[in-house]
Amino acid sequence: MAQQKIAPSPPVDPRLLEILVCPVTKGPLEYDRQASELISRSAGLAYPVRDGIPIMLPEEARKLDE
Amino acid sequence: MNSGIQIFDRTAVRQHRDRAAQKLPQVVDLLRELAGRLIERLEDTTRRFSSGLDIGGRGAVAPLLRARGIDVIACDLSRTMAALSGGLIVVADEEWLPFAPASFDLVVASLSLHWVNDLPGTLIQIRRALRPGGLFLASMPCLGTLGELRKALTEAESGLTGGAGPRVSPFPDLSDCAALLQRAGFAMPVADVEEIRLRYADPMALVRELRAAGEANALRMRPRPTPPRYLFPAALSQMTEDDGRVGVTLNLAVLTGWSPEAA
Repeated sequence: MAQQKIAPSPPVDPRLLEILVCPVTKGPLEYDRQASELISRSAGLAYPVRDGIPIMLPEEARKLDE
Repeated sequence: MNSGIQIFDRTAVRQHRDRAAQKLPQVVDLLRELAGRLIERLEDTTRRFSSGLDIGGRGAVAPLLRARGIDVIACDLSRTMAALSGGLIVVADEEWLPFAPASFDLVVASLSLHWVNDLPGTLIQIRRALRPGGLFLASMPCLGTLGELRKALTEAESGLTGGAGPRVSPFPDLSDCAALLQRAGFAMPVADVEEIRLRYADPMALVRELRAAGEANALRMRPRPTPPRYLFPAALSQMTEDDGRVGVTLNLAVLTGWSPEAA
């Protein structure tokens, strides 16, 4: 897992960022390039991006701490 | 979206698709043929499309749309299956679509919605992802599909064990499909059916092909553990026709609906 930090995931294509929303709330997403995550504040979830591919599954998402 | 009755085990659906992605070459010709027939329906309209979403096309749909000059985003519950489409891909659950309203003017789902628990909810989400005047085009197996296999497995299993569990997915009636489109708010909903006969020289080839396509049983109530070793051969031997081949029916419902033009 540590290797993933050293070699960050390629960025999400901007054409995808234009149309992706949170699958649970349909609210907007923030793209955190550093963490390779798409963050949904409205759902309190962070969806992982792996090899530039957004994994938009609620069960794969990390729960935000706040 | 995950409320209500859960008929299908979505984790199993995902696993089946992950595993099938490697075996897919075994069935790619059939999937391409069926995708091709579906995409031909675009000829029935003079409308031209520029941005499409391919839901669960297993690599068979996206190239056909791109050949027509349509920009395609492909999504699948399985990342390995999604990757077969090339281009822009997203891992997504049909029951939780992650697309903003009015993102596409065409949504295509070739044989990918029959493992969805909440089909009405999925159809509503698809309609919302379409721009006004956009087209939804889908094919899915409907009632009668694999009917021969269902009957033979039930008879063979009750003969062997005195009971039988569900081993073939329940498929909707054609009239239900049209009604669901209407209820989801599509304009001019149409559902028609093509009966396709598939014949296999080797009876077990049918079962292998279903698995290779990611269509292994994902019913939550599916019998576990693995079926008795004798069950499938016993059932398939009953299905053998005079020439030694096994035939099954695929009743392919083709659904079309338009996103209403803005009022």
